[in-house]
Amino acid sequence: MGELFASYNILGAFGLTILLAVFSAIGSLLIGTVVAIMRVSPIDFLNKVGAFYVNIVRNTPLTLIIVFCNIGFIVNLGMSFTNDIARNNIIWAIIGLSFYHAAFVCEALRSGVNTVPVGQAEAARSIGLTFSQSLSEVLLPQAFRGAITPLGNTLIALTKNTTVATAIGVAEISGLMKEMMEFRADLIIVIFLLVAIGFVILTLPIGILTTRLSTKLAVKR
Amino acid sequence: MKLGRISVATIAVGVALGLAACGGGASTATGGTVKIGIKFDQPGLGLKSGADYTGMDVDLAKYLAKELSLGTPEFVEAVSAQRETLIQTDQVKFIVGTYSITDARKEKVSFAGPYFIAGQDLLVRADDNSITGVESLNGKKLCSVKGSTSAANVQKAVPGVNLQEYGTYTLCVDALKAKNVDALTTDDTILAGYAAQEANKGLMKVVGKTFSKESYGVGLKKGDTAFCQKVTDAINKYVSSGEWQKAVDKNLGPAGYKAGAGNPPTPAPCS
Amino acid sequence: MTSVLFDHPGPKARVRHRITAAVSAALVLLALWWALAQFKEKGNLDAAKWTPFLTADLWVNYLLPGLQNTLIAAALSIVLAGAFGLVFGMGRLSHVPAIRWVSTVVVEFFRSVPVLVMMFFAFNLYAFNGVFRSDLNPLAGVVTGLTLYNGAVVAELLRSGVGSLPKGQTEAGLAIGLSRGQTLRSVLLPQAITAMLPALVSQLVVILKDTALGYLITYQELLNKFQQIGSYKSNPVPALIVIAAIFIVINYALTSLASYLERRTRQRGRATIPKGAIGPAPVDTQPIARALHDADEEVLHERYRAPGRTDDEHP
Repeated sequence: MGELFASYNILGAFGLTILLAVFSAIGSLLIGTVVAIMRVSPIDFLNKVGAFYVNIVRNTPLTLIIVFCNIGFIVNLGMSFTNDIARNNIIWAIIGLSFYHAAFVCEALRSGVNTVPVGQAEAARSIGLTFSQSLSEVLLPQAFRGAITPLGNTLIALTKNTTVATAIGVAEISGLMKEMMEFRADLIIVIFLLVAIGFVILTLPIGILTTRLSTKLAVKR
Repeated sequence: MKLGRISVATIAVGVALGLAACGGGASTATGGTVKIGIKFDQPGLGLKSGADYTGMDVDLAKYLAKELSLGTPEFVEAVSAQRETLIQTDQVKFIVGTYSITDARKEKVSFAGPYFIAGQDLLVRADDNSITGVESLNGKKLCSVKGSTSAANVQKAVPGVNLQEYGTYTLCVDALKAKNVDALTTDDTILAGYAAQEANKGLMKVVGKTFSKESYGVGLKKGDTAFCQKVTDAINKYVSSGEWQKAVDKNLGPAGYKAGAGNPPTPAPCS
Repeated sequence: MTSVLFDHPGPKARVRHRITAAVSAALVLLALWWALAQFKEKGNLDAAKWTPFLTADLWVNYLLPGLQNTLIAAALSIVLAGAFGLVFGMGRLSHVPAIRWVSTVVVEFFRSVPVLVMMFFAFNLYAFNGVFRSDLNPLAGVVTGLTLYNGAVVAELLRSGVGSLPKGQTEAGLAIGLSRGQTLRSVLLPQAITAMLPALVSQLVVILKDTALGYLITYQELLNKFQQIGSYKSNPVPALIVIAAIFIVINYALTSLASYLERRTRQRGRATIPKGAIGPAPVDTQPIARALHDADEEVLHERYRAPGRTDDEHP
């Protein structure tokens, strides 16, 4: 075991996994909120674009999206952020993960909006708030609180899905695990348990935290 | 809870049976066919072309099947990382798939041959004269395939190289054409095959300065000396009858590829 | 729902909305046009790269066999995940604390570990130990990974399906003299599974999408074919786009089926578990198990007074 840690940069790879998860979480929350606003907005066109986006992304395998980020965006559209191939792939993996999970964040927020009683929206309108005002002052704050459980679930799924970034050669933990298993076939079970427990340690607190938060922040009605 | 336990047990047995059914035994030569491992994605060497297969390795495989009266060849994809397993578990009778003879591999399988000598080289855009060999790769973007030793070899020589790894060379070729990488490295035979593809003609060139020696052998079950000897004899006949030259010209000729020094090689004795 | 969020637009608002829509449409079109121009420059809009998809060759020799393998892996996984979910879902509802605990640990563990990690593990474990015929290792790896994760999700679905039923169902079952196991099997589970149906179909979409991870362990599923097609016709990008379209069509059909089933079940006046309600977050299982347990305890006490009958000896 110590031998594994000595010859492979396990902590570094887990660090990259966490980095991917944190930045993709921020990205997907931002994009998902924008799409959710489009989905509830009075402008029919934006509504349809949002629905189209969610339907396409939700029904496409993440592996395909990540691979397309590399050969579609980097190679064909020439969208590179840096000359360093490894770093560029990390950035595009984050973008791909963000756009994929944004669809689920959007759905979570919509379910959150549905927990807000109709009277709240009507009250907001009757005191003269515009759509954007009632959304930002009244509805979204409550929707976020009502959507904590599905948002937490999306965050957990996202943390686990960072492993798919290995498809474009990002050196996160699952790629390292595969390499370790090929060279140390005698330690397959130890290696698996090591990585699996690492993920349990990463995801379990998110689950416990969201369960706590969702009861603590639940809007009393 | 008795019923409960029984149904749980039934399910467990069912699952086990289902899995076991997937693990049934297999034979390599059934009904007059012989399973041969080849590459499916290397133009000029081993390529699945629709329902058929083409390439220099495929021609040799077909010749061996016919010469040794093994039956109709049935081709199986032999991904690099799985070649030894395929042979060890009798999934294929033998493998002809740009399979370099190395000491590490000899511990698991036996080789007949070599039947061809290749070398690691670089593929660059036709109008790019800045790359003349490994030493000029510093700071350049290099593409290779995951798990291949080619990339590791270059990284050892030129630590400053910027490496992109894909699952297959065709993506490297696309990235090379799109000027996203500057060079693609692997065996010169594979590079020539890609360069000769219809869509790539005139767009890229092989640098022509090999920096390793790859001796392709026919991989077969370890210790099967009798079969190894038969294959070796067949390879000798393949070369002396002129079939070997024909196959090289037909498959690698369009790329302007000339078999390098040491070709055709003399097969090593079987041990 | 959306209509209550804003007033019916007046003339000014309508103009404003139209302008916003036009501007955003223009932006979308501009981005599309730019992207297409870039693809064209790289030669990926060349007819030669797309016409092969109009021939039977590519479909018969690449796409359809790939799709077949994708469907085989998905079908095997959903069946095995169903069995796994049934076993551990019932385990989590068991009144024996040890079974409940073991089931909880197993379910929570497999929900926390990425599917890809389990696939890599299973694939290497099988390959190095010769568990399966070597050409079946990739399939076995994919199915194992998908079964363990989705089985754990199905177990959760089952548990919350039983939990969503009115408490009276359990009480009624026990009142007419069924044992707890019988109540679970013949009263609660049939209703729970009906309620689960839409969620199960949605899970099928998840499974179908995740078979694409098999690409990373050399399983010859649909996504993998873009490499072979790309090598054959020098068109990896068009191949990837065609394959994405196939995935989207199939999954969209399944998603629509799930919504239809959910609507239909609801129209019949039955409770459903909404799609996506069950995610990877740990759910407090205790209330349901305790409710079952408590209800049973009372009945057992009652029964104790009637000698000659034990819980397990129903015909």
